[in-house]
Amino acid sequence: MDLTLTPEETAFRDQVRDWLEANRPGPVPDGDEESRFEFTRAWQRTLHAAGWAGVSWPTEYGGRGASLLEAAIFSGEMARAKAPRPANVLGLVMGGPVVMAHGTEEQKERFLEPILSGEEIWCQGFSEPESGSDLASLKTRATKHDGGWRINGQKVWTTLAHVSKWCMLVARSDPGSSKHAGLTYFICDMEQAGIEVRPLIQITGEAEFNEVFFNDAWVPEENVIGGEGNGWMVAITTLMNERAGLGASAAVGLSNDLDALIELCNRRGCGGDVRIRDRIARLKIGIEALRLGSMRSLTAQIRTGIPGPEGSVAKLQWSSTNQALAELATEVLGPAGLERNGEWAYKMLRSRANSIEGGTTEVLKNIVAERVLGLPKLR
Amino acid sequence: MDFGFNDEQREIKQTARAFCADRFKPEVVRNLAEAERYDDDLWTQMVELGWPGIAIDERFGGQGLGLIELVLLAEELGYACAPSPFLAQALSALALQVAGSQALQERYLPGLASASSRGAVGTDELCIDPEGADLLVLFSDDQARAVEAADAEVQGLLTIDQTRRYGVVGPAGEPLGGETEAIAGARDRIAVAIAADSLGLAQRALDMSVAYAAERRQFERPIGAYQGVSHRCAEMLWAVEEARSLVYYAAWAADSEPASLPLAAAMAKARASDAAWEVCKDAVQVHGGIGFTWEHDLHFLLKRARANTQLFGGGARHRERVAELVGL
Ligand SMILES: Cc1cc2nc3c(=O)[nH]c(=O)nc-3n(C[C@H](O)[C@H](O)[C@H](O)COP(=O)(O)OP(=O)(O)OC[C@H]3O[C@@H](n4cnc5c(N)ncnc54)[C@H](O)[C@@H]3O)c2cc1C
Repeated sequence: MDLTLTPEETAFRDQVRDWLEANRPGPVPDGDEESRFEFTRAWQRTLHAAGWAGVSWPTEYGGRGASLLEAAIFSGEMARAKAPRPANVLGLVMGGPVVMAHGTEEQKERFLEPILSGEEIWCQGFSEPESGSDLASLKTRATKHDGGWRINGQKVWTTLAHVSKWCMLVARSDPGSSKHAGLTYFICDMEQAGIEVRPLIQITGEAEFNEVFFNDAWVPEENVIGGEGNGWMVAITTLMNERAGLGASAAVGLSNDLDALIELCNRRGCGGDVRIRDRIARLKIGIEALRLGSMRSLTAQIRTGIPGPEGSVAKLQWSSTNQALAELATEVLGPAGLERNGEWAYKMLRSRANSIEGGTTEVLKNIVAERVLGLPKLR
Repeated sequence: MDFGFNDEQREIKQTARAFCADRFKPEVVRNLAEAERYDDDLWTQMVELGWPGIAIDERFGGQGLGLIELVLLAEELGYACAPSPFLAQALSALALQVAGSQALQERYLPGLASASSRGAVGTDELCIDPEGADLLVLFSDDQARAVEAADAEVQGLLTIDQTRRYGVVGPAGEPLGGETEAIAGARDRIAVAIAADSLGLAQRALDMSVAYAAERRQFERPIGAYQGVSHRCAEMLWAVEEARSLVYYAAWAADSEPASLPLAAAMAKARASDAAWEVCKDAVQVHGGIGFTWEHDLHFLLKRARANTQLFGGGARHRERVAELVGL
């Protein structure tokens, strides 16, 4: 057991740190959503030009070919430097890995480079009005025609759909099927007449996500990923990528926020309040447990190829800690914590989504109970 | 970066797990706990394996290993809920090694490492295994003292935890000898070892609950299919894994990065003592009526988990230290 970095790992970390020190753009400036988004796209271009966009992607696909640990070091350093997230987040963590795992050579050739450069933004069209946690019940239809598929139906909560070129779309290609069978995974062009995107305003007042209506939208045959009828298996890859490797950078982000909160407490003279001290200590312990758990999980993955049980609770740890942290900060601020455009008020509100997005807390507990603990299923 | 055990550590853990599964079977634990005694024969076998001196220097007859190895033993003995003098023996020796005067070390360490003499460890409030000990190491605030058998005024204390002997020790004794920092280092290491005992208890209570939830049926299905039960079990796993990460980290810090030990130990003790208590309480709930009976083994875990929250500070006290150490 050695929780310090080896000389090579340290050299890699320093390389990242130095580069970020010289190139990081500072926080996203105030402005309308479009200009803010373009700011993150420009940042992604900078990352890509220096070979940092697809750190864990293999070099043959334009990535850096970094090891699991280096990728974790990189995302930890990004968080430490408070660098913004690159614009094409979903393309980088889900779209690209899915194309690399299940795509044809032509698809890799076509889709990967613009994901890295941020030129083509991706969104994830999984959830529907009647199919959220129960994703496999989805109803959006795909009907086969000469040379491709016609899509009809509706998706919802589609983050970044309004700026996306491509949608990772799971639809029912076999009309007689139900549940996991009969689904197909498509890469659907968002720039066409058959698609209408309507923004949904969130409780924060922003519109990160959308409703997407498919009205005879067209997907050519060559944009099917993983073959007709295999959509569920491909979708699972997407979700696993969404949840993997979250811990390391999440813990650093939380640590930054905790430092700010401690300073706030001391500035406001409530650092001596025993209740606040206890809550801060709980947060610190939660954050460290997340950081250390992700190191354990990473070690297990490097040694055996399989992350350990500790990895299955990372998302639960992160969401609950992030929510508790932001809530405490607004409490410490008093009435100022209510200020409409206040940073902490925003964080508090935004954090309410953490236990819903990317799998709800309840669904994740089901997964822990069934897959990690081996308890029987309810059904 | 590598957060995993080496071959030797894995072997120590496996040996301990197998030893405890074989020697501290539930009926043995029950018999010893009910009789409020330790088994001399089993203790001799543990001594032959070199456990009391696992973290003691070779020049004093120990194995010269670190806190990580000691923690692995403590965890497995906790997992078995084994009644044994191990903690008091190994931790009094460790305290002497980290913060004892040379004279005390020379006089007592070889005997403690080989278990030819008996050690006790505790705070002014609560001491483990004080009766019959040759040397007692007692902590109070940032002081520590050594009490020799002849000077020890021991008031036995019957606690709910029958897997160990407890008592309160009078004020006599001489200073342990180490600097304040060394004394703090000894206390932190002891806290981490007790946290490891809690970790083992918590893991055991979780395993028992999961097994029971899969097997017990009500309303025509296994109770583990109900989310009131299964989500509780998922939360228990969450608590156990947090405690595990923090305990192993603190043990590593003690051996390899002592500057991080004060915070690491406080976090580990806070999380593990609370986790064990919470998980044991939940385990009783998952078991229903049978979990509330004397006949079921859960209560031994529950009570020892409770005792651990009072040994060298529980959650609230250690969180207060965390708050201080993060700059509040
Ligand atoms: C900010 C944000 C961004 C998102 N971005 C995207 C995106 O880009 N693409 C996309 O496809 N989706 C996206 N989502 C959707 C997200 O994946 C779903 O909201 C989520 O899966 C839950 O589905 P639902 O909203 O339909 O809630 P439901 O599934 O209806 O759940 C409602 C409640 O019931 C509980 N529940 C449901 N099933 C069970 C069960 N079996 N056991 C116990 N409790 C249960 C849930 O935990 C929840 O508390 C986003 C969501 C948010 C909040």
